Amino acid sequence: MIELRDLRKHYRVTRGGWWSRSRALLRAVDGVSFSVGQGESVGLVGESGSGKSTIGQLVLGLIAPTAGSIVFDGRPLPAGPAAVTALRGKAQVVFQDPYDALSPRQRVREIVTEPLRSLRRHRHSELEDLAVRSLERVGLHARDLDKYPHQFSGGQRQRIGIARAISVSPRFIVLDEPVSALDVSIQAQVVNLLMEIRREQGIAYLFISHNLAIVEHSCDRIVVLYLGKVMEIIPTERLHADPLHPYTRALVDAIPIPDPALAQSTDPLAGEIPDPANPPAGCRFSSRCPLATERCRATEPELIEHHPGHWMACHRQADLPVPSPIT
Amino acid sequence: MTGAPEQPFAGNEPPLLEVAGLRTHFRTPRGVLRAVDGVNLRVARGEILGIVGESGSGKSVLAQSIVRVVPPSQLAHAQGAVRFDGIDLMGLDDEGMRALRGARIAMVTQNPSTALNPVFQVRSQMLETWRFHPDRRRSGIDAESRMLELLAEVQLPAPERVARSYPFQLSGGMKQRVAIAMALMGEPDLLIADEPTTALDVTIQAQILELIRNARQTHGTAVILITHDLGVVARLCDTVAVMYAGRIVEYNRTRALFERPAHPYTRGLLASNPIFGRRRASLTAMPGQPPDLLALPAGCAFAPRCSQAEERCRREEPPVVVLPGGFHHRCPVAGELNAAHTAESGPP
Repeated sequence: MIELRDLRKHYRVTRGGWWSRSRALLRAVDGVSFSVGQGESVGLVGESGSGKSTIGQLVLGLIAPTAGSIVFDGRPLPAGPAAVTALRGKAQVVFQDPYDALSPRQRVREIVTEPLRSLRRHRHSELEDLAVRSLERVGLHARDLDKYPHQFSGGQRQRIGIARAISVSPRFIVLDEPVSALDVSIQAQVVNLLMEIRREQGIAYLFISHNLAIVEHSCDRIVVLYLGKVMEIIPTERLHADPLHPYTRALVDAIPIPDPALAQSTDPLAGEIPDPANPPAGCRFSSRCPLATERCRATEPELIEHHPGHWMACHRQADLPVPSPIT
Repeated sequence: MTGAPEQPFAGNEPPLLEVAGLRTHFRTPRGVLRAVDGVNLRVARGEILGIVGESGSGKSVLAQSIVRVVPPSQLAHAQGAVRFDGIDLMGLDDEGMRALRGARIAMVTQNPSTALNPVFQVRSQMLETWRFHPDRRRSGIDAESRMLELLAEVQLPAPERVARSYPFQLSGGMKQRVAIAMALMGEPDLLIADEPTTALDVTIQAQILELIRNARQTHGTAVILITHDLGVVARLCDTVAVMYAGRIVEYNRTRALFERPAHPYTRGLLASNPIFGRRRASLTAMPGQPPDLLALPAGCAFAPRCSQAEERCRREEPPVVVLPGGFHHRCPVAGELNAAHTAESGPP
């Protein structure tokens, strides 16, 4: 349904202070291709500087790509503000921080009906019904319409954000770290709600997150990004069956598992995430990869299909260990 | 109020830190906010204690109360006993407290930028810590070389260069390393780390957790690690205290708490956490919201969200249920269920 074709977003940045200013090209997104099918949930995982939020903004037409294209329902997204118009009513977004994403001066009524009003398709009386319907779907009530965001807790605010997104019955929602700002006991409520809505309404999700456990739980496929490049695209059910890209492996090993009986790696991946304006030559992960060879540092690996539906960009594909299953 | 658990902490050695009946209440326009409300804890030398809780559970205020850095203007009321290596911290004068902080008790916070002064080089900030160290006049200890040793120990590449850097020249992960090295400069007996990895990426978080483990290994430092992440606790902590609405609802050895969680809140937290590699159709979500500390219900603060709550839970404060080894929890219902279960299976 939505397809990213060799998508690039580069920024000109200055580095250093006024005494040693230098210009650099920051390749935030550098040749990313993948697709999200009808009703599919695709996870986009990566650490800071990986370009995952930039991709979310590109897909929604909020920023224009430097190169490459986005195809929505078989039609390329037009350039500039026309992109937003083309997606109106079809694509929506839920942001990370429910405190920043809702205007403190608007009542819930205005917040939830905003996407509907921009469609100019409904009469005033219909708006109210649609707003109530989506509020009730997320576990809130008609009596909440006249309240302000500050009268709600973090979890409830995120529900208001979700109600706003689903009010227009979109076909696609970008979820940008939708539960990262919430308390653990509230995260599960919101993840379950998002999954139910997807099952009922067949909405496709691009689920952006740094949390591999939540993405494994909520997505059909996972795209792993590192410094603006796709390292791996893997169907969720292959996560524990196939050898993983060394970076994905490192991410998996770094997740602290809430079970003290499990012996976990105490040998974390060394080094820092490099400056995205000055990435390593060859494979971008080569400066931290325990398996990197001369070839990795010289030439960039292509994304190759390792197994049907499982793609990996790694020169050492043949040498990767098959994981032992977590029990 | 039921008393503190009677039984001593396992082992004969007196604990390094002992907290009993600690309360910190704030005056607010809407009434008295009981941020910490009757906390009992012990930390042995070299032990890593995890304090888990959600926002507003009081875990950070608890840490601040132990080292007495709660902003005094807001402080309405602090009482209870805090004994550190035989010293009564609540009765200590400001001068005595200052001598302990940084030297024997050090703190690392979530945002390392707040711990570092932006206008001084790392070097001068680290050496400043040494000026207050009681052993500073001892011969054979050279502050400069100790600093470089510690910067290398926290895996910073090129320690000399880092020492000459200003904080803005370092990444978030590097700043947190510097903050930990700085905290270890005074060879503290106790390190209090308040969400030290929350602002960092997962691969960097894993590195920082290993550093804390190493600090305990090489220096015998006891650690209080405050976190909202049960995974971090499982990975690093010997003992764990779960906080809810200013109280410790469950306190036990890590292994025991994860294997046999007693309190319904602990069980709810464990169930609502997605575990990588154990995908389920849906997560077991805990109903309701964390409580408003200024409008706490009568009885148990967790009762409105608890599936096992009985009439008495909504009426009276839950008593402390003592566990072996000086640990405890605060759910009489779970305590009775366990007892009944043990009685049923009978003695072997």
